[in-house]
Amino acid sequence: MKRFLIPLGIFIVLVGFLAVGLKLDPREVPSPLIGKPAPDFNLPLLSDPARHLSPADLRGKVWLFNVWASWCTSCRQEHETLLEISRQGNLPIYGMDYKDQPADALAVLGSMGNPYVETVVDLDGRVGINYGVYGVPESYLIDKNGIIRFKFTGPLSREGFDKKILPLVKELQK
Amino acid sequence: MIPELGNFALIVALLMALTQSILPLAGAARNIPSWMSVARPAARAQSLFVAIAFACLAYSFLSNDFSVINVTQHSYSRLPAVYRFTATWGSHEGSLLLWTLILGLWTFAVTLFSRHLPDDMVARVIGVMGLVSCGLLLFMLLTSNPFLRMPMAPDGSDLNPLLQDPGMVIHPPILYMGYVGFSVAFAFALAALISGKLDASWARWSRPWTTAAWSFLTLGIMMGSWWAYYELGWGGWWFWDPTENASLMPWLVGTALIHSLAVTEKRGSFKAWTVLLAIAAFSLSLLGTFLVRSGVLSSVHSFASDPARGLFILAFLAVVIGGSLLLFAFRANQVGLGGRFALVSRESFLMANNILLLTACGSVLLGTLYPLFIDALGLGKISVGPPYFNSVFVPLVLPLLFLVGVGPLARWKQASVPDLVSRLKWGFAASVVVALLLPFTMGAWKPMVAVGYLSALWIVVGVAINVQSRLRSGAGWSANFYGMNLAHLGVAVTVIGITMVSAYESERNVRMNVGDTITLQGYTFRFNGVKHIDGPNYTAERGALEVTRNGNPVTTLYPEKRTYLASGMPFSDSAINYGFTRDLYTALGEPLDGGAWSVRLFHKPFVVWIWIGAVLMALGGVLAISDRRYRAALRKQGRAVA
Repeated sequence: MKRFLIPLGIFIVLVGFLAVGLKLDPREVPSPLIGKPAPDFNLPLLSDPARHLSPADLRGKVWLFNVWASWCTSCRQEHETLLEISRQGNLPIYGMDYKDQPADALAVLGSMGNPYVETVVDLDGRVGINYGVYGVPESYLIDKNGIIRFKFTGPLSREGFDKKILPLVKELQK
Repeated sequence: MIPELGNFALIVALLMALTQSILPLAGAARNIPSWMSVARPAARAQSLFVAIAFACLAYSFLSNDFSVINVTQHSYSRLPAVYRFTATWGSHEGSLLLWTLILGLWTFAVTLFSRHLPDDMVARVIGVMGLVSCGLLLFMLLTSNPFLRMPMAPDGSDLNPLLQDPGMVIHPPILYMGYVGFSVAFAFALAALISGKLDASWARWSRPWTTAAWSFLTLGIMMGSWWAYYELGWGGWWFWDPTENASLMPWLVGTALIHSLAVTEKRGSFKAWTVLLAIAAFSLSLLGTFLVRSGVLSSVHSFASDPARGLFILAFLAVVIGGSLLLFAFRANQVGLGGRFALVSRESFLMANNILLLTACGSVLLGTLYPLFIDALGLGKISVGPPYFNSVFVPLVLPLLFLVGVGPLARWKQASVPDLVSRLKWGFAASVVVALLLPFTMGAWKPMVAVGYLSALWIVVGVAINVQSRLRSGAGWSANFYGMNLAHLGVAVTVIGITMVSAYESERNVRMNVGDTITLQGYTFRFNGVKHIDGPNYTAERGALEVTRNGNPVTTLYPEKRTYLASGMPFSDSAINYGFTRDLYTALGEPLDGGAWSVRLFHKPFVVWIWIGAVLMALGGVLAISDRRYRAALRKQGRAVA
């Protein structure tokens, strides 16, 4: 009798792991950058390449740094969420157009709406390397002192934002 | 109107499935013939109503009913009609409906081909299948209703371009026929456990059903692999993706089950073990569905994930698999031991076969779930890739291939080693010599190629000797015997394909200007630029690559870089020149400045052998099912009962 219970035992352990697994999000990847200062950059703006932006300019603000590109289809999925966040006005979103043609990026913003306060252009993806970008879209929450507090890989959903990011934003803005 | 009808049909099907399971199972337990006789009509009505629901969904897709959310999300007015039809199962909800439909088809088949079985057996088998249908129908109605509506949308957001492919017309139904087909063997095993009658006749009844499901699954996996090959644009034929693993695991256990059923039927041994395998094969099919549908693992194939769905499937899994394993634990010790066998015998070889197949399946399961285990234990995020699978899987497969060669030659009960050696020694020697020499013909001698060839030739030798001695003995036609040998030959063919393409494929990823030429393995590719074309629901840049060999034209290939209108999704459509000994594979990468493109070129020797071998395996299975023995045995059984 006992040895015939072994398969059941193995299965119960498996179910336990699967149940825990349901709560985990395979897209949520920890970043070694969390708790570290956001890597510096000085990149031209998409709206006006003559002007530049650097994280230092945003000191004193809590902001969301969203890496996107016109060629990235998952970015279109999260576009609506970003637009909603920007409409609410609680959290400024700064975009980084990653390895992209500025003209294409402008066309996307023109047709789908622009959730970004400003978008910087990372033509060759060098800044992306400093941020450890390995899949677009990625979003970083950066606090008043320029420290990265949260990183999310993959398209943001409204629910995910409200649950995971918004409470953190409120706390950081205090 | 039509979607509401579909929704209603699903509800009726659920009621029918409840009737189909509760009454016959209770009737069999209390021996009430009138309750048991409900099984067939209820099961047929259940499958009919699921088919109606499916037809309603297909109609909504074909008629562009954008008031149905599912249609809006997965179709598009300019999508060609055939893909609007296949989009019916292109979504999570639709593929579940297809699953349920196919379960209905198998149940229907059981109601037709079970006339020779005892009534209580039929009632229990159909009852168990009904319980599975209940679970799926509830799942659909509660969390994944394909008929949900909303105000009419102007147009749909189109089907994922990867799924807009002729392969998608046939691949999912065939694959599901395999997955779901194991439910019949599962139901037979549970019915036998419930009744306590685990004898040779139970194994004989299950065998053709199991082989049929296995043949479908083999074909389904082969199509999936081929689809990934030409559709994903990377020239790979197996990615160890969780979804592929989800189909490979039931296949490995199903293969073990087919062999173990043979022992149970012929020798009465392995009974408890065979029952456990039948439970495991279907459990892994369900687990595969869970892994793919719940979003627990991220995969290129997985559809939108939703925690409520995941929780439901997990609960369903726990009830179905946990319940069966509990039943197994209580009943398996009542099963007597079968015939004894010696250390070297057909039985012992088949036992080794089972252990190797199960270990292989276990290693795939571990690799697939390892990232999840590590994450659940809070140890971090990791991913397990092809290096793990290749280094673990290959060493398990090699001894298995050795057994394929020698196993069928061994006698039942006790085989004589000197006899086996004397029958096989010349064949073995010839295999070694040829395996050592053949790699030279490819220009570079590689040890793994010699090993691959040796395994394949060894199987061919085994098959040849087996067939020859059967012919010499004057025994007549046996579909079962020749089916087995055909399937084993298929294994050899697949092994050659895998060996050759892994060892000798060459790839170039290059920038090509108009007029540039690249030479790969004697084939010269000339890039003649791209032309803009308009498809029904996409626009594309179509490249032209003229292929010549020693100045003689071979073919011109037209890979495309498409952009789908509704989703704006870019997509690379490869162009392949198929051949018996090599494929020429081209795909367009990104446009570069000045009319140049990045182009991927592959030369893939013997790659089609992988799929030809799989087809031979499936054909072998089909041939084996046609064996008269099963029907004759069934008839005899029927008379005995009547």
